[in-house]
Amino acid sequence: MTAAPEHAPKMAQAGFAERIGPWMPVLLVPVLCVLGFLAIPNTSSWLTLTVSGLAMGMMIFIMASGLTLVFGLMDVINFGHGAFVSVGAFVGISVLLVLGHMTEAPSLMLNLAALLVAVVGAMIATGAMGYAFEKVIVMPVYGHHLKQILVTMGGLIVVEQLIIVLWGPEEIYINRPEALKGAITFAGAALEKYRLVAVAVGLIVFGAMRYVLRRTKIGLIVRAGVQNGEMVEALGYRLRLVFVGVFIAGSALAGLGGVMWGLYQEVITAHMGNQAMILIFIVVIIGGLGSVEGCFIGALLVGLMQNYVAFLEPKAALISNIGLMVAILMWRPMGMIPVVKAK
Amino acid sequence: MIKSLFSDDLPRSVVLSVILGVILICLALAPFLFPGVRTVDTAARICIFIVLVASYDLLLGYGGIVSFAHTMFFGVGAYGVALALTHMGRGFDAIVVGALSGAVVAAVLALVIGLFSLRVRAIFFAMITLAVASAVAVLVSQMSGLTGGEDGLTFKTPRALTPAFKFGGELFGVKLNGKLLAYYFVFFGALVLFLLMLRVVNSPFGRVLQAIRENDFRAEAIGYRVVYYRVAATCLSAAAAALAGSLYAVWLRYVGPDTTLSMEIMIDILLMVVIGGMGTMYGAVIGATLFVVAQNYLQNLMGAAAGLVEGVPLLPDLLNADRWLLWLGVLFILSVYFFPTGVVGRLRAGR
Repeated sequence: MTAAPEHAPKMAQAGFAERIGPWMPVLLVPVLCVLGFLAIPNTSSWLTLTVSGLAMGMMIFIMASGLTLVFGLMDVINFGHGAFVSVGAFVGISVLLVLGHMTEAPSLMLNLAALLVAVVGAMIATGAMGYAFEKVIVMPVYGHHLKQILVTMGGLIVVEQLIIVLWGPEEIYINRPEALKGAITFAGAALEKYRLVAVAVGLIVFGAMRYVLRRTKIGLIVRAGVQNGEMVEALGYRLRLVFVGVFIAGSALAGLGGVMWGLYQEVITAHMGNQAMILIFIVVIIGGLGSVEGCFIGALLVGLMQNYVAFLEPKAALISNIGLMVAILMWRPMGMIPVVKAK
Repeated sequence: MIKSLFSDDLPRSVVLSVILGVILICLALAPFLFPGVRTVDTAARICIFIVLVASYDLLLGYGGIVSFAHTMFFGVGAYGVALALTHMGRGFDAIVVGALSGAVVAAVLALVIGLFSLRVRAIFFAMITLAVASAVAVLVSQMSGLTGGEDGLTFKTPRALTPAFKFGGELFGVKLNGKLLAYYFVFFGALVLFLLMLRVVNSPFGRVLQAIRENDFRAEAIGYRVVYYRVAATCLSAAAAALAGSLYAVWLRYVGPDTTLSMEIMIDILLMVVIGGMGTMYGAVIGATLFVVAQNYLQNLMGAAAGLVEGVPLLPDLLNADRWLLWLGVLFILSVYFFPTGVVGRLRAGR
């Protein structure tokens, strides 16, 4: 009888590359900031651009987060997501125009109250619209990607045209509330107040979303549903209801993003949602379809990239984002933080 | 003879055959049946859009892949011819060079996009093409030195294709001039391209594509490299779209971002494919014809309807002639739900 081969497990330490792998996407944001710092000669312009890049990224994240969750949960790709952005912007801005006396007053509290009313109004409108959209347009085509793309695109066209019917074909110009106009100076760099607010709102939304997804029961069900929906249903949860809820929440967030985007650009058109969709898709793809964290990082990258490049070479801004997407897909074909689907 | 010309894929419905025959005759004799600048222009647009829509159907109907960059390929072909005619002088050689290089560029672009997106998930393709197409549209309007920017390019086509070129007198009261030749250039170009695509979808390659559309997992299991077939279909359809764009440039003697690259044309193409019938080349013929004719005449009709309901709140706005996309969008959604096989599928099923 021979002796059993000696069992000597070697606890090889994971290599540096292996340990840093999961953190790579997170590190990309500071890396891009540093690259921008090296490329832009002037520190104060770099700071201004970084803040506006982060602000833009946060707004794109707010608009895109619903799309990525809806896809992850129910494998539904909604090309009409941009419609919620447009509707949110139009409803919110209309409310702000009605509350003109409050936004023109120099009081911060009055301004914020008006903004809050506008945002809540926009979110209720887009949330309700999301419910209708889900029931009428998306539900009959579950599990059929081709039809989903076609039908939701059709929905986008119809909603865009309805906006034109209701609000007229002209673009609407809007002034930001009095307290959010202008900029504060920090270290020689002019930082627009509105952008700082946008960054704050984005961080709050991201934090809240992470909290709900990681710490609550409903978040657990949503995450489990993204991983393996059939199993969750087998355990007795009605994933359909959860899905409708997520769809409504995602639509409402898109509405919030629309209001913020409209105030950021200070002009709204019926096609703005469609234009935002281009950036939203890039973000969702490079983040990894279904991943909220990936979407957040992707949005920041896109926002920063867009602002840096627009400063250095204005014509290359949109192309640079395509380049970013290509580079990331070459590195990780499923996006930065791929969501594992147990199928 | 006819069977091999149609690649053994006959219309398979009497009504459909009659409709297709009527469309073919009308288009073949358009300058004689409907003399008039506007009607001949409509006929030429129909010819070109039939090719464009058929090439899109190759991708969407047979391959099951949604692309939003089809107008980009269309534009590449158009700009190829425009640039060649601008820089090489007004010769047929310039048209050939421009069309071929446009088709090659389009195919290479499609190859790159396809390799990036299709190897992971077919659904990525739709989103990435949307992003790339809009970036290209922006780029084209920015590079005004080369492309003429928003204004586009106006250029001269070979003399034999211009109204100034006359040969013989009149035939059935129609002047025999270069415009007539230009129409037949477009018509026969479109006919050849259409028959070629009919050939492609009925080849073994086309059968594999349909198999992938029905069940890609199974097709892979049988031993077909799904990615290769999908990418090849993308390249073929891009090249065909570019050639359609070349025809359009020759016909219009002008290219611009609005006429070739805009998102509206992309939506038009989608509507034509779905209404005509996905996955049937003949659907492209019906869809394009219906749509282009409707585009020309429906707006007048809607204007009249809006006049009728004057005074009723909101209705006149809904029926405003500029809002015709609204109704097309509704029609589009309804046809995806209820007639996914379009007009052609209905006619074939009801025989």
